[in-house]
Amino acid sequence: MSDALKSKIADVFDEPGCDHNVNKEERQRKKGCAKPLTPGAAAGGCAFDGAKIALQPIVDVAHLVHAPLACEGNGWDNRGAASSGSERYRTGFTTDLTELDIVMGHGERKLYRALREVIEAEQPPAVFVYATCVPALIGDDIHAVCKAATQTFGTPCIPVNAPGFVGSKNLGNKLAGEAMLDHVIGTVEPAETTPYDINIVGDYNLSGELWQVKPLLDRLGIRILGSLAADARYKQVAMMHRAKVTMMVCSKALINVARKLEERYGIPYFEGSFYGISDTSEALRTMCRMLVERGADAALLDRCEALIAEEEAAIWAQLEPFRPRVAGRRVLLYTGGHKSWSVVAALQELGMEVIGTSVRKATEEDKGRVVEIMGDDKHMFDNMAPKDMYRLLKEAGADLLMSGGRSQFVALKAKMPWVDVNQEKHEPYAGYMGMVDLLRAIDRAVNNPMWEELRSPAPWDTPLEQGAILPAHRGACPVTGVPAAATARPVTYAPGEAAGDLPPHAATVMPNGAASLAEAPPSSVTPSFPTSPTLSPAALSALPSSTTDFEDC
Amino acid sequence: MAKLIHPRRALSTNPLKSSAPLGAALVYLGIARAIPLFHGSQGCTAFAMVHLVRHFKEAVPLQTTAMNEVSTILGGADQIEEAIENLRKKAAPDFIGIASTALTETRGEDVPGELKLILRRRADFADTQVVYASTPDFDGGMQDGWARAVEAIVTALVPEMTERDSDLRQVNLLCGSHLTPADIEELVRLIRAFGLEPLVLPDISTSLDGHVSDDWSGCSQGGTPVARIPDAARSAFTLAIGEQMRGAAQIIEDRALVPYRVFQSVTGLKPVDALVRTLMGLSGVQDPPPSVKRDRARLLDAALDAHFHTGGVKVAIAADPDLMFALGTALASMGAEIVTAVTTTPHTPLIDRMPCEQVILGDLGDFERQAAEAGAQLLITHSHGRHAAHRLHLPLLRAGFPIFDRIGAQDVCRTGYRGSRAFLYEFANLMQAQHHRATPQDFGAAPIPEEFDHDPQPTRH
Ligand code: SF4
Repeated sequence: MSDALKSKIADVFDEPGCDHNVNKEERQRKKGCAKPLTPGAAAGGCAFDGAKIALQPIVDVAHLVHAPLACEGNGWDNRGAASSGSERYRTGFTTDLTELDIVMGHGERKLYRALREVIEAEQPPAVFVYATCVPALIGDDIHAVCKAATQTFGTPCIPVNAPGFVGSKNLGNKLAGEAMLDHVIGTVEPAETTPYDINIVGDYNLSGELWQVKPLLDRLGIRILGSLAADARYKQVAMMHRAKVTMMVCSKALINVARKLEERYGIPYFEGSFYGISDTSEALRTMCRMLVERGADAALLDRCEALIAEEEAAIWAQLEPFRPRVAGRRVLLYTGGHKSWSVVAALQELGMEVIGTSVRKATEEDKGRVVEIMGDDKHMFDNMAPKDMYRLLKEAGADLLMSGGRSQFVALKAKMPWVDVNQEKHEPYAGYMGMVDLLRAIDRAVNNPMWEELRSPAPWDTPLEQGAILPAHRGACPVTGVPAAATARPVTYAPGEAAGDLPPHAATVMPNGAASLAEAPPSSVTPSFPTSPTLSPAALSALPSSTTDFEDC
Repeated sequence: MAKLIHPRRALSTNPLKSSAPLGAALVYLGIARAIPLFHGSQGCTAFAMVHLVRHFKEAVPLQTTAMNEVSTILGGADQIEEAIENLRKKAAPDFIGIASTALTETRGEDVPGELKLILRRRADFADTQVVYASTPDFDGGMQDGWARAVEAIVTALVPEMTERDSDLRQVNLLCGSHLTPADIEELVRLIRAFGLEPLVLPDISTSLDGHVSDDWSGCSQGGTPVARIPDAARSAFTLAIGEQMRGAAQIIEDRALVPYRVFQSVTGLKPVDALVRTLMGLSGVQDPPPSVKRDRARLLDAALDAHFHTGGVKVAIAADPDLMFALGTALASMGAEIVTAVTTTPHTPLIDRMPCEQVILGDLGDFERQAAEAGAQLLITHSHGRHAAHRLHLPLLRAGFPIFDRIGAQDVCRTGYRGSRAFLYEFANLMQAQHHRATPQDFGAAPIPEEFDHDPQPTRH
C-alpha cells in the first residue's frame, strides 16, 4: 500500500470526533477501529464496499470501479438508495480487468481509456474511480491516472482510494469521505446562500427516507444545500463548504467529513437521528438552534416549536389505532448501532415490550440510554450467534424480530415475524410519518394469520386415530410393471373402532379448526370396500374414497 | 454458425457475468453439510453472499480466509489452516470447498501444495473433506468457476479404477450451473422413471430448493452426501448436462472408466428426445413409462399452441453459454429469431453452434445497445436486465443468475418435456401480455380528425 494511503488511514483512525475513540488509550486510539479478522469467522464488507456505499447515493456521478469482475459484478445495483433525478448511479461501470491486463500491467492504461469512454458516453458531472485489491496489489496509481484524465477530458475524475483489503466497511466510509474533502468539497460555489442552508451527511443507505423529513425542513424554510447523503447531486457535495450547519444523520461513519468541515470552514455539526418521534423533534430543535446561533432569525425557534407540537400531536393520534394491535407484543431488537433508541421509546409507548436489544457497536453513552429507556441493563446483549438466536426465536421467546437483513432468515426459518430496520430495506421509516409506516409494517407482520397456520403441526405429527385406513393398491406400477398384488398390504383399520365413537364425518386427523374443510355430505362415499370386512358402514361414511391407483412411484 | 465478437473497449457497463468463485461456492453448496470458503479478502465473500442470498432468499453459509495485504504478500497457508480449524469448531462440516479469488491468484501461491501439507500435518482434520478449486475472478465467469469446482471434487473423491465394476442401475448426473433446483428435480424424476438411480453432483435441488427445516445449521442443508461421491466410479454411465460438465465427465471416465455423454441442452423437443433415447438405451426399456410419453404428447400440444407467439419473434438473450445455448436453440427451433446474443466467457465450443450470426462477449450495455438496434421484441437475461427492459419498453423473461426481483427463482423449471412446455407457455404469455392497439396511423392512414371526437383521444404508447 502506498505511503499516502497509509498515512490517510492512520489519519482517519485517529478520529477525535468519535467518542468511541477518545475514550481509548493513546496507543489503542492510533490503531482506531481496526480489528484483526478471523479466518473462517469473518463477516462484513470490505473498505471498497464501504466507500461505494457512502458515495453511490450521489446520483449523477459515474461510479467506475477499477477491478476484476468480482468487486462490481457481484455488487452493483444492490442498494435501495433512491433518486429523484439522474439514474446514472445505478449503472455499474467497471474496467473488468482480465488476466492479460494484470499480467501485462495494462491496468492504468485500461483505466484511462475507460475514463475516456465513460465521459464520452455519459457526460457525467464527474467520475468517481474506486481502487480495489488487485490494482492496488500490482501498484496501479489511480491518482495519477485521474489527474491526467481530469486535465485531458475536462471532467473531474476523483480517485477514491479504498482497496478492499485495507480494512472494514467503516474504514471505507471514512476514506470515501476523505476523497470528497480532498477533491470535491469547495470546488463549486452556490449561486446564493441563505442563513438557512444546511448540510446533510450520512443518511446514505435507505430508500428515500430523507423525503419523509424534507417536508418538515421545507416548512421551516431550511434548505439542504450540501449533501453527502441519499439523492445527492455532485454539485451538492462540491458546495458543502457554504452551508451554515452540518447534520450527521444516524451514523458516525462520515464523522471525519463533519469534523473537517468544521475545522476548515467553521461549519459546526451535530449528530441527530430521524428515527422515532422524540429524536426527530430533538434533531429539528438542535438544527434550528444552531442555525440561529449562526445568524438565522430567532423566530425560527418559535416556528420550530410550533411545528413540533403540531406534528407530535398529529402523529400520536395516527398511531393510537395501532395500540390494540401491537400492545403486549414482545420485540427482539438486533441492529448494529444506536439509531433505534428513540424508536424503542415509541414502541414502548404503544404498549410493546422490548425484551432485548443488541449493543454490538454501541458506545457507553448509548448503553446509558438503553438503561434509561429499558429500566435496567438485563436486556442488553452483545453478539448472538445465529444458532442461538434461532433457538430463542423458535422457542417463541419473542413475537417479533426487528433487525437488518443478515438475520432475516434466522427469524423466518424459525417461523417468526420479522421487520427490516436496516441497510437495504425497501420501506422508509424516518421522521414522524415514518413511525406510522413502521407501525403498519409491524402490525402487518405480527398479525398475519399465516403464522398460526405455519406453526401448526403437519398431518403426520399427530398419530393416526380411529378411522384410519390404508387402501389396497390396485393395478400395476407403470414404471416397474410390478403388479399391485406383490406390494399390497391388507387394509388396516385403527383399533377400537365402533360406530358410535366416530362422529358422522369427522376429519379426525385434521388439527383444530380445519375440520370444516373436510366436511362432506354423508352420502358422498359409498361404503363398498371389498377387502375390508371389519368396517361398519357408519364408520366408512367418514372416509374419503380409497380407490386410489398408483399415481407416481 | 455464429462467430464470436469481442468488443475492443476498456469500459464495461452493467456487468452480465457473476464471478467464478461464486459459481464454485454454489457447487459446494450442492454437497451435504458443506461450507464454501473463499480464499481472499473478506469483502469478496460479503458481496458474493449478498448476491446468493438475494437470489435464493436463504441464509447461505459462505466463509473467507480473510486475507489482508500483508498475508497476501506473505502467502495465505496459515489463514487457510486457521479457517478450516474455525469452521470445524463452529459447524463441524463434512466438506469444505475452497475457491481462490483474484487477489490470491494475482499473488500466485501454490495452494494445492500447501493444502496437502496442512492436511498431512493436521490429522484432526481427517473427518472433514477439503477440496480446492482455482477460480480467479479475472478469468471467465460463474459457469467456469462452477465447472472448475466440480472437476476439483471428482478429481479428489472419485477413486481410480482399473476395471469396471458397475452398478447397472446407477447413473451419474452431472449438473451444470444453468440448472435450477427444479430443473435438477425434473431430470431426476425422468431418470427414475426409467428405473435408474441417479447420483447427482452437485445437488442443489435438495439444499437450495427453499425449504424450512427443523433446525438451524451452519452448513448446507442438503446436497450430495460426501460419502456417496466415490460411488460415482461404480455408475454405469455419466450424463453430463451442459457443455461445461464435459471436463468433469472426462475426469470420471479417465479415473473410473465410466463412459459419458454430454447434453448441451435438455430444453426443447429434440434435446429432450435425445436424453430419453439415451435413458431407454441405458435401462433397456423400449417402451417408456406412460407418464413420459404423455409429457411428450403434451409438449407437442404446447408447441402447437405456442408457435403463433414464437414464430418470427426477435429475441435478445444474454446469459452464460450453456444457458444461452439451451434457451436460444429451443426458441430458434420454435421459429423465433435470435437477433442478439451476449455471453460471458469464451471458454466454450457452443458459440459456434448458436443459431444466430454473432455472439458478443460482453455486458448488459452491449446487450441493450444491440437489442435496440436489432429491433428485439423480447429480452432474456437475469434481473439486472430490468433496467434495459424498462428503457426499451420490452418484456423481460428472467433467466440465469441472479434473479432478485422475483421470488421462486429456484422453482422455475425449463428442462425435460415438462419444463420445456412451461418455458414455451412462459414465453408465449409474455408476448401476449404486450398490448398494442393498432391505429389508422400504423398503416400510414391519417388519424380521425380530432374535431369529430366527443371523448378526448386516448394517449397511446
Ligand atoms: S475485498 Fe478487494 S477484491 Fe474483494 S470485493 Fe473488496 S475490493 Fe474487491
